Amino acid sequence: MSDSANGLAIETKGLVKTFGKTRAVDGVDLAVPAGTVYGVLGPNGAGKTTAVRVLATLLRPDGGEARVFGHDVLTEADAVRSRVSLTGQYASVDEDLTGLENLILLGRLVGHRKAGAKRRAEQLLDAFGLAEAAGRQVKKYSGGMRRRIDIAASIIKTPDVLFLDEPTTGLDPRSRNQVWDIIRIIVAQGTTVLLTTQYLDEADNLAGRIAVIDHGKVIAEGTPGELKASVGSGSVHVRLRDAGQRDEAERVLSASLAIGVNLDADPVALTARVDGNGGGAAEQASRALAALAGAGIVVDEFSLGQPSLDEVFLALTDHPATDDAEKEAVA
Amino acid sequence: MTTQSTTTPSTVYTPAAGALSAVLSADEQPTRPSALAASMAFGWRAMLKIKHVPEQLFDVTAFPIMMTLMFTYLFGGALAGNTTDYLQYLLPGIMVMSVVMITMYTGVGVNTDIEKGVFDRFRTLPIWRPAALVGAILGDVFRYTIASTTILLLGLILGFRPAGGVIGVLAGVGLLVAFSFAFSWIWTMFGLFLRSEKSVMGVSMMVLFPMTFLSNVFVRPVTMPGWLQGFVEVNPIAHLVAAVRGLMYGEPDSYEITWTLVSGGVILLVFGALTMRLYNRK
Repeated sequence: MSDSANGLAIETKGLVKTFGKTRAVDGVDLAVPAGTVYGVLGPNGAGKTTAVRVLATLLRPDGGEARVFGHDVLTEADAVRSRVSLTGQYASVDEDLTGLENLILLGRLVGHRKAGAKRRAEQLLDAFGLAEAAGRQVKKYSGGMRRRIDIAASIIKTPDVLFLDEPTTGLDPRSRNQVWDIIRIIVAQGTTVLLTTQYLDEADNLAGRIAVIDHGKVIAEGTPGELKASVGSGSVHVRLRDAGQRDEAERVLSASLAIGVNLDADPVALTARVDGNGGGAAEQASRALAALAGAGIVVDEFSLGQPSLDEVFLALTDHPATDDAEKEAVA
Repeated sequence: MTTQSTTTPSTVYTPAAGALSAVLSADEQPTRPSALAASMAFGWRAMLKIKHVPEQLFDVTAFPIMMTLMFTYLFGGALAGNTTDYLQYLLPGIMVMSVVMITMYTGVGVNTDIEKGVFDRFRTLPIWRPAALVGAILGDVFRYTIASTTILLLGLILGFRPAGGVIGVLAGVGLLVAFSFAFSWIWTMFGLFLRSEKSVMGVSMMVLFPMTFLSNVFVRPVTMPGWLQGFVEVNPIAHLVAAVRGLMYGEPDSYEITWTLVSGGVILLVFGALTMRLYNRK
């Protein structure tokens, strides 16, 4: 790891990847410090996966440059490949083979001899709680188990950089927590992790720095703290019993929080961002609740949560995080 | 096959920092595998796939049996007076035809692999680049050998008596399998290039039907109109059939063998290069 003079595991400058007329990645600059988790946050179609595939040498960039530990992904692809590992969005193991066979195959491909590959495979299956499922075909694994065998396959040889492309999309909460724990352990051992996600709380929980991507461009970059400061630290969600009281509730909330309130699609629901200025977010929220009660408005549900990706996007771009497929059809 | 599908593990998995850290900091640092070792590993994968999905051997057993029986009894009486005499002419040809037709599954296999994303992992490994494809084709070579053996056994049962003996027959099968290895690279190219399994099948058929039927597999080219004889003259499959026949009859024809080896070599170089170009740019 001595070959990156500036302490960066990944560095891109003006990276561009186009598919026909679509600029999937449109001038992205990234600087990922070695030994950290770096989050790339964005909606479907923002260009996250494309950027990761360029960095993992699966796609050739059309412009700009990208380096992994100082090695250019285009001209030194082989050197990059010996440092990185990718867990894609879709199963990147052979579903027809058993868990054990998959890991032995990859063990042999990174250079273990037969016995060594088997030993390594068994170690990994044990560590990932898959020993019992070792002899079963991967297509018969549950979603959580499949993710784990995918990650195990990625660390068959401990990589210096691990790309995790939406590692928790579609997982149940328990499996998601397991994946989070695994990521924390991997990064604690010195591997740099580049994680793409659609969930702000995931990036917030794991990443040291986050880049928010939209339409192939980085629209915000910083620590989770900096990012949240720019979008507000939380949001208050209110559900009323009576839809007729919503206008009144909006007025009361705006007055007590002194910020704009959004009317949700649900006719009895409202959302407001609280930024933590003038007391903590919780204090502001409780003041708002008291004001609603004082005005005689019946509240069925009240919650204070982190801003959703939609709200982050509203704050940063003035448009919600929508799937880009429709937008391209219009443009 | 087991009837149980996804079973939940009896105990809930909790990632253990100790065990995981231990595997991450393993001191055994493997060295990059040789081109041969990497290709053999992928060949092993192809064998495992046959073990788990044995139905795929149906294509290399039932199909050749059907072809041999069908054409022997359909054309035998008309073309040679009786089926046993015709079989002496037809068997080497039908063997070539069946095996060459089976090569198209190579392209279908590559295409399915790509769709499933498992190739993404292989393509990010620091190994000899063609290894994944060479390994897949090595698995196919095993299938070609099974198909050839099936046809040969059936032929012997029906009365095929090759004068070339064991050596001649083995040499013929060897030449056929070697040529098919080279020929398969046409389909890896299409497998990478075309979007769906269906279109790979479609294109393969378009190429394979004329190449195998417009040849000397069923009839002697002297009975054909001149323009068709011209096509047969440059059709590499026709030369392969002639070479395999020569070997099995115990009259090796060095001209036909050379033609086959050279055309196989050219196909391997051209389509191997095109395949790797697509593989790297995909």
